Amino acid sequence: MAGRRQFGEVILSVENIGLSFGAVQALSGVSLEVRKGQIFSIIGPNGAGKTSLLNCINGVYHPQQGQISFKGQMRARMEPHQAAAQGIARTFQNVALFRGMSTLDNIMTGRNLKMRRGFLWKALWWGPAEREELAHRAQVERVIDFLEIEAIRKTPVGRLPYGLQKRVELGRALAAEPEMLLLDEPMAGMNLEEKQDMCRFILDVNDEFGTTICLIEHDMGVVMDLSDHVVVLDYGRKIADGPPEQVRRDPRVIDAYLGAAH
Amino acid sequence: MADPAASLRACDTMVKLLLRNAETRAQHTAYREKDYGIWQSWTWRQAADEVRAFACGLAALGLRRGDKVALIGSNRPQLYWAFDALQSFGGVAVPLYADSVAEEMRFVLEHAEARFAICEDQEQVDKVLSQKPHLPNLAAIVYCNLRGLRHYDQAFLHDLVTVQRQGRDYDKQHPGAFDAAVAQGKGNDVGLIAYTSGTTGNPKGVMLTYDGMIRSARLSCAAEGVREDEEMLAYLPLAWAGDHFFSVAQHHWAGFALNCPESSDTVMLDLKDIGPTHFIAPPPIFESFLTQIHVRIADAGWLKRKAFEYFLAVAGRSGVALLEGRPVGPLDRLWLALGEFTIYGPLKSNLGLSRIRRAYTGGASLGDEVFDFYRGIGINLKQLYGQTECFAYCTLQRDGDVRSDTVGPPCPEVEIRIANDGEVLYRSPGNFVGYYKQDNLTREALEPDGWVHTGDAGFVDERGHVKIIDRAKDVGKLKDGTLFAPQYIENKLKFFSYVKEAVAHGLDREFVGCFVIIDLQAVGNWAEKQGLTYASYQHLASLAPVRELIKGCIEQVNRALAKDRALVGSQIKRFLLLHKELDADDGELTRTRKVRRRIIAERYKPLIDALYSGARQASVESQVRFEDGRVGLLHADLEVSDAKTFPAAGADTAPLGKAA
Repeated sequence: MAGRRQFGEVILSVENIGLSFGAVQALSGVSLEVRKGQIFSIIGPNGAGKTSLLNCINGVYHPQQGQISFKGQMRARMEPHQAAAQGIARTFQNVALFRGMSTLDNIMTGRNLKMRRGFLWKALWWGPAEREELAHRAQVERVIDFLEIEAIRKTPVGRLPYGLQKRVELGRALAAEPEMLLLDEPMAGMNLEEKQDMCRFILDVNDEFGTTICLIEHDMGVVMDLSDHVVVLDYGRKIADGPPEQVRRDPRVIDAYLGAAH
Repeated sequence: MADPAASLRACDTMVKLLLRNAETRAQHTAYREKDYGIWQSWTWRQAADEVRAFACGLAALGLRRGDKVALIGSNRPQLYWAFDALQSFGGVAVPLYADSVAEEMRFVLEHAEARFAICEDQEQVDKVLSQKPHLPNLAAIVYCNLRGLRHYDQAFLHDLVTVQRQGRDYDKQHPGAFDAAVAQGKGNDVGLIAYTSGTTGNPKGVMLTYDGMIRSARLSCAAEGVREDEEMLAYLPLAWAGDHFFSVAQHHWAGFALNCPESSDTVMLDLKDIGPTHFIAPPPIFESFLTQIHVRIADAGWLKRKAFEYFLAVAGRSGVALLEGRPVGPLDRLWLALGEFTIYGPLKSNLGLSRIRRAYTGGASLGDEVFDFYRGIGINLKQLYGQTECFAYCTLQRDGDVRSDTVGPPCPEVEIRIANDGEVLYRSPGNFVGYYKQDNLTREALEPDGWVHTGDAGFVDERGHVKIIDRAKDVGKLKDGTLFAPQYIENKLKFFSYVKEAVAHGLDREFVGCFVIIDLQAVGNWAEKQGLTYASYQHLASLAPVRELIKGCIEQVNRALAKDRALVGSQIKRFLLLHKELDADDGELTRTRKVRRRIIAERYKPLIDALYSGARQASVESQVRFEDGRVGLLHADLEVSDAKTFPAAGADTAPLGKAA
């Protein structure tokens, strides 16, 4: 499928960004362009700066140089909640859910930014606030149905196996109805069956909702099958950028990542 | 046919019953389904409208009288409507097991010459599409769930919404066509071909008429007092005749509400939501409930555990007697009431069984302990016996006359006869009319005067209850002529929660040997309590303490067998714990989870040889089929152990055989 699909305009553009923590140069001179509707992967060996790059896009880190623009809007200094309001949602490498809360409540938190009524209305729970919550709940139920997690709707997520927790986390990100989804190693630590399920959900999300997906992943097989476009980082620098079949053949990539034992 | 209006009133087909209910029970709930977390419901009127649109849509696609239509999927209202819809225009329903692999489906689709297939979702559509080149008769596939099917562009694929829309147009363009087609349907038409899962050979297509199905439903509803206000959960496979009996025939006859679960994973949660009054479950479900309860009680605090044990003993003593109508003293009644308040009530509520008026089980026998547990806590659990050929069941225990070791007396208008060789025969109002396109098999099973051979060996006891021992062809002799009834022995073993399956061998051998398949949950829990660590099922099954645990179970079974003079010689002398669970995907079980003996005998021949050669160890290589269809090889070295046997007449000292 890769390469043959048509994509829309550039939705995210990262230009020449550099990020350092003291003497450690995490990213230097990285540029990339993600188009609407793409499944875009960032790969690279451990410590190559993948998560740092994702954190820059997401507004958690602020690069010392370069520019990031999303949907044509140039960002000055941006905070994560502003990124979320713009339509960027993400999941984390280590599951970051409220472990004591149910699946349903966890996914409901993904609707937080869409809620209009203030604290007092919520406390009164009457009329408009009730109607609004019902609408949000309906949207959450669509996500639950989509991810096939009906059976664990009321289960506290701390009791769920790891693969399902990852799915709930994806559910929370989807509940925000994002235009762009950042997935930080969505398949890390999963068994084969869980990985297959997750791949199917990523493809389905992209297909059904047209969500642009930007993911970091270790599993090369998964990345090559799933992605429309791949960027390879090594020591904070971009060493390859193109469709998967081209990246797979790139000698620098083979040296840095595919060929090297790690 | 002379008067279409009179024909419509005759109520001699399922669709006519549906239309009757749409008049008489228009505003009452017919179907419910949990969707997006909320129970959606359809009244009989709405259901009839959906069916009408669906039926006309099928007619517009070219459905003709006599066409066979395959139905594949889980319990969705849309698929239940599909039965009525295709039968409206004279189609014959052929439901398939949704978890069958594509090749298994091909046999039925080919044999039934299905012209249409109605599929639930992408998974089923894909399976049918993969076999399409072999199915020249298949003209169209209709699917209910759009997900993932958006990019399929074959012209013969249709989604239900479009089919129903076209059906409404067709209905407008051809006024009266639907009513005329329904009026043409007669009671003696074949409405359903139910393919039996087939413990031996290929499945057989059991042809059932509306007359037979409706008469069974009518008689059973009357005898059991099934009312229009029942709540029932539809969760057993559509292709199983029993589901059709309860979820279509009784449902249409009595007019109660049928509830479809959200997904197969949520059945237990949905059971709690609904609290059915009318319930059927195969023995494994009742056993797994009980296993879960025991596992959770074992983890509970001291006080709760003691209270549970105490009141369980009270239930076993007095609760069972109360349900049987036997006298129970005032003090015992008081304890029962206290037990109901503290233990039984919350327990039933937790399982979703609070409102049960009657619960049925059948297909295999349920252990005394399990049976008495449910009866004791006040659930009217009863056993029935039947097969697809008599449309669900022909014997059923009556209220107040229930014992765990029988399947009850014959149902109203059913006759039972025992042949000279011990085989059970019946003649029932729901009798099938033959196997589709297999006249030779029909002649073997169905005598011209209506008696049907069950293939089961059994007898009728002094109170008129039927007792089934085993499959007639499975009941054999050991080398010395001792009676050997493998299923009887296996069932005794399976009553232990640690044993999931057992396969007994012994035909023409010197003694009985046995394979035991342990229950991962129960044994795993036990192992954790003992401080044993294990990595996998195979590892757990190979641990010496686990072997000792199972040995204890086997010796208890041997002790029970020793009490019966006919069976004292068939005690288990040697056994081994199998390294994997039996799996329908590997062909070792049928889709209804019955053991396929012949296949096991072939596949595990080295293990059987080891049982009888006196070897201490055996090794085997077996094929495992993964869910995605790939095949792997599993190698295992197994220990063979000896079990103690006991002399006759109940004495439980001085073992006869060699002690291990």
